[in-house]
Amino acid sequence: MSNTNNPKYAISNEVAHGETKAKAQHLQADFMAGAISRRDFISTALALGVSLGGATAVVKQAQAATPKSGGRLRQGITGGATSDVLDPGQILDAYMINVCMGQLRPCMTKIMPDGSTEGDICSGWQASNGGKTWKFDVRKGVEFHNGKDLTSNDVVDSIRHHLGEDSGSGGSGVVAGIKTIKTDGKHGVIIELKEGDGDLPTLLSDYHLNICPSNGEGGIDWQSGIGAGPYQLVEHNPGVRTLTKKFANYWNTGNEAWFDEVETLGIGDPTARLSALATNAVDAINSVPPKTAARLKNMRDVQTLISTGNKQATMPMLCDVKPFDDINVRNALKYIINRQEMLDKVFFGYGELGNDNPIGPANIFRATTDELPQRAYDPERAKHYLQKAGLSKLSVQFHAADTGFPGAVDAGALMRESAKAAGIDIEVIREPNDGYWSNVWMVKPWSACFWSGRPTENWMFSQVYLSTADWNDTHWKNDRFDMLLRAGKAETNQAKRRDIYVEMQQIVHEDGGLALPVFQSDIMGYRTSMHVPDQIANNWELDGHHACRRWWQV
Amino acid sequence: MLYLQTFLGFCITIIASIIAAWLFRVLLVRLVGHSTAKFIRTAPLTASFGMLVICMYILCAIFAPLIAPYGEAEILGGGFEPWSSTHLLGTDNLGRDVFTRLIYGARNTVGIAFLITALAFFVGTLLGLYAALKGGIIDQITSRLVDVLMAIPSLIFSLLMLTIFGTSVLSLVIVIAAIDSTRVFRIARAVALTIVHLDYIEAAKLRGERTRYLITREILPNALAPLAAEFGLRFCFVFLMISALSFLGLGLQPPTADWGSMVRDNADLISFGDITPLIPAGAIALLTIAVNFVVDWFLHKASGLKD
Amino acid sequence: MLVKRLALGVLTLILLSLLIFLSVEALPGDLAEAILGQQATPENTAAIRRELGLDLPPWTRYLHWLGGVLQGDFGNSLALRKPIAELIAPRLANTLFLTLYTACIAVPIALILGMAASLFRNSYFDRISNITALSAISMPEFFVGYVMIYFFAISGYFPSMASINAGTPFLEKLYLCFLPALTLTLVVTAHMMRMTRAAIINVLALPYIEMARLKGVKSQRIITAHALPNAIAPIVNVVALNLAYLITGVVIVEIVFVFPGLGQLMVDGVKFRDVPVVQATALIFASAYVGLNLLADIISTISNPRLMRQR
Repeated sequence: MSNTNNPKYAISNEVAHGETKAKAQHLQADFMAGAISRRDFISTALALGVSLGGATAVVKQAQAATPKSGGRLRQGITGGATSDVLDPGQILDAYMINVCMGQLRPCMTKIMPDGSTEGDICSGWQASNGGKTWKFDVRKGVEFHNGKDLTSNDVVDSIRHHLGEDSGSGGSGVVAGIKTIKTDGKHGVIIELKEGDGDLPTLLSDYHLNICPSNGEGGIDWQSGIGAGPYQLVEHNPGVRTLTKKFANYWNTGNEAWFDEVETLGIGDPTARLSALATNAVDAINSVPPKTAARLKNMRDVQTLISTGNKQATMPMLCDVKPFDDINVRNALKYIINRQEMLDKVFFGYGELGNDNPIGPANIFRATTDELPQRAYDPERAKHYLQKAGLSKLSVQFHAADTGFPGAVDAGALMRESAKAAGIDIEVIREPNDGYWSNVWMVKPWSACFWSGRPTENWMFSQVYLSTADWNDTHWKNDRFDMLLRAGKAETNQAKRRDIYVEMQQIVHEDGGLALPVFQSDIMGYRTSMHVPDQIANNWELDGHHACRRWWQV
Repeated sequence: MLYLQTFLGFCITIIASIIAAWLFRVLLVRLVGHSTAKFIRTAPLTASFGMLVICMYILCAIFAPLIAPYGEAEILGGGFEPWSSTHLLGTDNLGRDVFTRLIYGARNTVGIAFLITALAFFVGTLLGLYAALKGGIIDQITSRLVDVLMAIPSLIFSLLMLTIFGTSVLSLVIVIAAIDSTRVFRIARAVALTIVHLDYIEAAKLRGERTRYLITREILPNALAPLAAEFGLRFCFVFLMISALSFLGLGLQPPTADWGSMVRDNADLISFGDITPLIPAGAIALLTIAVNFVVDWFLHKASGLKD
Repeated sequence: MLVKRLALGVLTLILLSLLIFLSVEALPGDLAEAILGQQATPENTAAIRRELGLDLPPWTRYLHWLGGVLQGDFGNSLALRKPIAELIAPRLANTLFLTLYTACIAVPIALILGMAASLFRNSYFDRISNITALSAISMPEFFVGYVMIYFFAISGYFPSMASINAGTPFLEKLYLCFLPALTLTLVVTAHMMRMTRAAIINVLALPYIEMARLKGVKSQRIITAHALPNAIAPIVNVVALNLAYLITGVVIVEIVFVFPGLGQLMVDGVKFRDVPVVQATALIFASAYVGLNLLADIISTISNPRLMRQR
């Protein structure tokens, strides 16, 4: 998603036509490429009839496009807690993802702004044996903050931290497919999977899988916060403030990570976050409430940044609990959701309509609207499905809390009203935010939930929709779907893979227990003293939590 | 210019309230019987203004479905529509009529807050006076128990309890009333302690009066003034407690309208100078002021001071 | 008497710790599920439980904890695996700082306004100060905070974030914490002021005041020299109550102003079911509360000899 708030100025738009226009375009291109000096550029541009303001705008643009080292990035981020530890297995929310994965300890791979996967700690990989055996090349010359060289041994121990029954890691689900992992010389790692999976490199970009120094006993040293990232830890006050400074021997210096220091503040309250940005106490914030986003634009020296990725508001129904075990009931409920109204009123238009399909805008094999027509609000259809289920009326409870997804309670209130037209009575029950994931989600038959989404179809499906998945939050079981998932993993022909994934999306859409009304945009704010690239990553907030690497101070 | 307008508006509001209060007093005097009328005539304008406001709120609460132009949870149009003749105070983010929700909010908020405060006072005062009168071991036990309960920050304690017992209206009422009654107990006991050592109580004890008589006839009337002052404040603290709980994601169940959550839902707009959240907050403030005006008048009466 | 009260105070604290422990135990879910959140699976939660000893029966854990406390060891935070003291000390200092700061502003204002209001009762001064105070406390705390931010922070006079730490110089602390202190002042002043006024007026009706008045003592002197000493008990009590509130109950102000205080720590502790953290913060709050009340009782007793007679 491009950054629409930062339009490129073209002097060619100022001049009328033809030859002069072409000259102006060339002139600007030459200047941007550094072929001519600023003085020459301005004088020639003025001679072509360009206004002084226009020429200056281009000069400023050129200056802004050149990375500048120095300064401090101050981020105000949600999700910090006083119980935050540096253990990569316990990273839970935006604050620690940003600090651990973004600043201190990069993973094997990273997701680029265009959605592709690139090596970070590793420099390349080869798959063999039908995607079952993988060899990763650990980048040479990467140094930890304590001066130690990063070797394959560190990588193996870091991944093992999340493996096995005793790991206690939140990332255990991501690496569940790994059978063995071993070193292959100082700079090689060989991973053996239980079954073929073409997405392994992308999986290794998961924020839990930080590469930490080995402690020499088969475990890792996470306590010190030492990693091989662009910034090293100065101070970590859990949930309050983390200060890091530029690591002098960072392997990729000169290509990224321009700040001298990064200060991360945990600011949970949305109003406090906005005030901090408005009063220049921080340079960037995440999670701007949609309600205030439009007003944020009117503030001085502040810009909004919007990216729509796979973050999705979902309403999973447990398919093994009455009345949701009846597919007609599930379909009736999917038709009484007025998605457009929900998008407009709960998310203030910041997002995309969902189609009861977890594959979103950031996935490459997303089904087109021809393959999967958009489901719309249709109370008559809902009535029809109710009749098919042999019911004339239906009363259900919807359990929601803002932890589920922000605005979930409001979404429930809208649904309650729109369902009346189909004779369906929805009781919205607000649950406490506290303990929501353990007491409500996957426990109550119909609840609110969100997924930040996964970069690949396979990952998303196998973590949540496979019948045996730990997080199968709809308790949905479909043999054809499970079979296709296995087939898709092993398939190497892209066209065939696409066909498989599209069919799976159709199955979830038609048969699943998932109601997915909206893909939410991430709304962020930043001060104009920051240079933000035109294209920002949409896998996570704040440029994929790589703002500290990709942004710089103007 | 804007300031001038605001100032003028403010003056007009004040004058209008004074006139309304005066008229209301006249009306009341006409309506009620002779002896009550005599009593009401002594009410200062502030008190009659307070009574007027309380009456209005009570009427709103009782006749909410008749007064409100729309349904409590009815979604009528787009979000954040401006003030107009169809939607007096505009609509909220979901397109519900704010005026309607304000009226229903009176019913839910005032009703529940009153219930909680009354319950808390009944339990707290009774126990407090009893403990002060009996002294000794009974006083020690109740005081220690209350100390334990009071020593836990009320907001966090109610958060704990509501997470355990769920957020139904019933558990909300019981939990907040229980927590509040400990505060009342403390004040009641402190006030009563200064009274029970006065000679006339000693005399009544020597006469062999029963505890019930002592509490209701001897101590309570003399402890009423500070307790009444406390009632006025407690009443408004209950609103704030409910609102603080909704800040932390608990509180009344949607789509029930209550003022605390209405403030909470739109509170972030205030950073942009939008006055939407001021309306329900103003409704709370007005009622608080009104209740306390009336309480002050009683306080004054009870103290037996001449003006 | 003092020794007896102190012993009772300790008993209160032990009872309280048991109550808190049982409450946190009664909460649905445990630490393992809370720190893993949406990522919890049966395997990884079980692993964390084993590691932290959460699979032991509650009584064992409570007695183990109590044993430690009696020896002065508050245990480790389960989530951070660090000694509690390390976690709490800086936050306790912050909270005490904010409490004292607020008290220095609020208590004198409340007492002076309350006395003045009782002196000039039913005058315009009385009414206006009354209405202002009532309006101030009838707004929810977070709302008062937002209004303060709107008026004083957005315009750039004071910072909206009071993120202080141990190294912040004193004067800068005063500056950074001005808005939270002001917000809290607005929150607590009215209660103390009204109680002062009510208590004095209550005393003014007693015969001995009438006597003084008949003797021609000036009304100002009646209040300060005759009424105030007898009204001290309820006033001191309400001041103690409010000071205790400032220490224990300001979690919302902490959230709004991003102030690293104890309240936030306790709420996080509850959220993550980190029992030792909840216990330790609860004990601090309770000791503050018990201590302040003891002090209030002592002052009231000294001020009113009749109370002394009974003990």
